[in-house]
Amino acid sequence: MSISVRNITKRFGEFTALDNVSVEVPTGSLLALLGPSGSGKTTLLRIIAGLEIPDSGSVLNLDEDITSQNARDRNVGFVFQHYALFRHMTVFENVAFGMRVRKQPKKVVQDRVRELLHLVRLENLERRYPSQLSGGQRQRVALARALAIQPKVLLLDEPFGALDAKVRQELRSWLRRLHDEIHTTSVFVTHDQEEAFEVADRVVVMNQGRVEQAGSPHEVFEHPANPFVMDFLGNVNVFHGRVQNGRAQLGTMEVDCPEYPHQESRPATLYVRPHELDIEHSPNGTASLKARVERVNRAGSVAKVFLLAAEFGLGLNVEISPERYTELALKTGDTVYVSPRKVRVFVPEYVI
Amino acid sequence: MHKVHSATVVHKYAAPRVAHRDPWVVQWGLTLVAVLTIVVLIVVPVVNVFYQAFADGWGAYWKNLTGNSDTLHAILLTLTVAPVAVVANVVFGVAAAWTIARFHFPGRSILTALIDLPFSVSPVVAGLMLVLLFGMQGYFGPWLREHGLKIIFSTPGLILATSFVTLPFVARELIPVMEAIGAEEEIAAISLGASGWQMFWRVTVPNIKWGLLYGIILCNARAMGEFGAVYVVSGHIAGRTDTMPLRVEKLFQEYNNAGSFAVASLLTLLALVTLVVKVSLERKTRLELAEAARLNAPGESS
Repeated sequence: MSISVRNITKRFGEFTALDNVSVEVPTGSLLALLGPSGSGKTTLLRIIAGLEIPDSGSVLNLDEDITSQNARDRNVGFVFQHYALFRHMTVFENVAFGMRVRKQPKKVVQDRVRELLHLVRLENLERRYPSQLSGGQRQRVALARALAIQPKVLLLDEPFGALDAKVRQELRSWLRRLHDEIHTTSVFVTHDQEEAFEVADRVVVMNQGRVEQAGSPHEVFEHPANPFVMDFLGNVNVFHGRVQNGRAQLGTMEVDCPEYPHQESRPATLYVRPHELDIEHSPNGTASLKARVERVNRAGSVAKVFLLAAEFGLGLNVEISPERYTELALKTGDTVYVSPRKVRVFVPEYVI
Repeated sequence: MHKVHSATVVHKYAAPRVAHRDPWVVQWGLTLVAVLTIVVLIVVPVVNVFYQAFADGWGAYWKNLTGNSDTLHAILLTLTVAPVAVVANVVFGVAAAWTIARFHFPGRSILTALIDLPFSVSPVVAGLMLVLLFGMQGYFGPWLREHGLKIIFSTPGLILATSFVTLPFVARELIPVMEAIGAEEEIAAISLGASGWQMFWRVTVPNIKWGLLYGIILCNARAMGEFGAVYVVSGHIAGRTDTMPLRVEKLFQEYNNAGSFAVASLLTLLALVTLVVKVSLERKTRLELAEAARLNAPGESS
């Protein structure tokens, strides 16, 4: 089912958790609400679930307005951040709960629970209690329990937040595969951009109760709508320079930026991702910046080079391939020239 | 989970490193004082109650309990008043604990403090307050008389007085348990389609059952043993409003030591049973709280 959130505003006392937020969740898609803590993403999820009531705005399921429906009638599967498994019930009873309270026949319940436990690969643990499970297993029980009521939409609050790195990685790709199998319209909340990009079809970036940008992971990552999104989505080098006549200038370095063709010079912020910078031993006209190698980190799939552009007192993070790193034979203290392959320029709104 | 477990075990059995040990005079002296106090103040009186009760043998003991119709009535009355008061307190206690643990509202801390009030008010004063409200000369006295209702000097008064005095037991026991467990499981139940009642009976009650039982046991012990408040509202009418503690006192005043101690032995027995149940329940409640803390702890994954 497609879910539309229209112009939702929610305040908690003085604090505005959501400020006129609209989000579309297309049928069968897996959408990530991405943002720092306090951005309102969990509140939005709880409003979709009917666990919070918005001050204004509406939630639509297809075209039906479900804003005033309570959580019990919405038929929404909710996976809580800390799972909220029923501690005194076995895994089997946890998963069966939603069907038991709907008074479904025993046989149906039993078959469906077995099927779901198979789906989340916990067939052997049905007699266990939540306290006897690992974090990853609890997470999967919570998911099976939410799916047992055949929800119109599945909502997951920081589904991997409480797990350690390795389990998190495994569960991420597993969740993606599971979604491809069952196609339940799903929304999950995360503050981890990598997680959002790896798992979701669509990403909604939120900040301070507003939607900053919505789109496919590729769109959002490659074409960030504003400095916040750029900054939030991973490491970035920030330069403060000026733009004029379609050229951005930073000290001696000049790059093209056709989006800003205006005559007068304006202050601008330039954003370059670490992997979009190149290192050379010799200057490349006006397209490069002189810097000194401060530190090199060879661990991992890329070589991370930390440079200092003494001219501006500016530290730079650069990521280059191991091959390129070997070719350059960089040593601490070397003088090098850095040139960006791609620059995003944001000019602050002109305020009178 | 395993890791955490083994860590505690190691900790528990690690030899305690003591920088300094008290001299044996202090160790033994303190132990002696403690043991003596307990023997003199607790063990001797308790044993004596049974000794006195059985001084003339089992037959006399049984006759003292069952042969006197007033005594029999007192036992029955206590067995009526205490359960009713316990039920009232369970209903109130669960509702109050729910309100305080689940909602934040202005006056919440005042309500929490008010629940404890009966513990700090002298039971005699509590009884007196009821008499002033419901007695013949009280505010509601004339109205009650017109409608043929009797509260003071009859069973309803005993129940009211007992309920008042025991009011905090269940609520006090449940508030920390419910706060530790949190509302998440209940919200999960609702989101899975449970009604309020289904949520309450299938999720809340099983989660708080040991704490609840513990509260009930303590409440019951106090309800059966209550003297002061009941003394004031009962009017002390033998065969009608005398409960067991009142009966003990009356028999004693009448120099019927054997009868008095026989009833007293029943109350003491109740105390001992309560103690045993309490100790085992305390362990379970602690586990309930510990489990709540563990399950709700973020970041646990092994």
